[in-house]
Amino acid sequence: MNINLTLIGQMITFLVFVIFTMKYVWPPMTKALRERQKRIAEGLADADRGKHELELAQHKSMEILRDAKLQAAKLIEDANIRALHLVEESKEQAREESARILKHAQEEIVIERSQARESLRQEIAGLAVMAAGKVLDNEVNEASNSAILDKLIAEVASE
Amino acid sequence: MSSGKRDTTLYIQHHLTNLSWHPAGSSSFWSLNVDTLFFSSILGVLFCALFYFVARKATAETPGALQNLVEVLVDFVDKQVKDTYHGRSKLIAPLALTIFVWVFLMNFMDLIPVDLFPTLAGYLGLNDLRIVPTTDLNLTFGLSLTVFALILYYNIKIKGPWGYVKELLLHPFGVWFIPINLILGLVHELAKPVSLALRLFGNLYAGELIFILIAALVPWGAQWLLGAPWAIFHILIITLQAFIFMMLTVVYLSMAHEAH
Repeated sequence: MNINLTLIGQMITFLVFVIFTMKYVWPPMTKALRERQKRIAEGLADADRGKHELELAQHKSMEILRDAKLQAAKLIEDANIRALHLVEESKEQAREESARILKHAQEEIVIERSQARESLRQEIAGLAVMAAGKVLDNEVNEASNSAILDKLIAEVASE
Repeated sequence: MSSGKRDTTLYIQHHLTNLSWHPAGSSSFWSLNVDTLFFSSILGVLFCALFYFVARKATAETPGALQNLVEVLVDFVDKQVKDTYHGRSKLIAPLALTIFVWVFLMNFMDLIPVDLFPTLAGYLGLNDLRIVPTTDLNLTFGLSLTVFALILYYNIKIKGPWGYVKELLLHPFGVWFIPINLILGLVHELAKPVSLALRLFGNLYAGELIFILIAALVPWGAQWLLGAPWAIFHILIITLQAFIFMMLTVVYLSMAHEAH
């Protein structure tokens, strides 16, 4: 419990430890700590900048996407309109074509009918002449012949 | 029963006696407390070696567990010092770190069972052994007087010898009360090392004494009932005392840097 020479010994020991710490422990430790602090600060700043850039990029990409969507919608609409036009056009063409064909056929029918009628008439006329010749060759029965002729003429006229 | 009482007294006395070495034929002042010197030096060397080992390889990369521990301590002390002291001395922060860790380690010896080392020393033929250096007034005064010397050094360095003397003579009551000012100033200054040393000593001495009393008076089967709570509480005390010693040292030294 008494104060003795140990006191002086302890003071010297203490000083030695303090000087050792001051020379060899404190400077490298604080240096490392400062350096890490600096790095962390830089890292945080980088992260902030990265975040900002990401945000900008997101905005830009959204804009591009919106534009693309608009464009696509426009394209589809154009295509639809065009297709509609095409369909209408082809329908129109088909209608015209069919009308033309119909008309052509009708004309042909008319021509053919008149031709048939013409040939029939000629045939009937021939038959009539032949029948008349035969009648004239055999006997002239005014009464019976005239009845036949009348009938023939009536038949031809009814056609 | 009387012999039992004497045994207890002897046991306690035995635990409170330093292992000391006397040069033959000299007064007791010239003796050395070998145990105090030995354990404080071992712990100090342990502290220095550990921190040097870490500091030598310290990098700004991701720290390992050991570097992390050291960094926490360094950072903690650095923050405390920066909060209190605004000068540019390269000494104060390392001084504070040394005090904090070293005093903590020495206080920590208090948590080692009181009989372990004395019994081991008994086998080696050593009669007395005290393993907690901070329960020796020589150590606590050794620390506080060194700090006191630094206080004087900085007072004189910053304010100049004449400025320091003037501060002692003229504060706090002005030029007409020089004797009173001087007495107050001297008491004020001397109270710093005395209170530093006695506070640390008192806390640790009392703590150790309670461990010894528990060991001496309580039946062995029940000792943990008192010993365990006291040890757990003591963890707080030893840390707190190390912190207080460090903090007050920083405060005193920063006061020495500032003129009134």
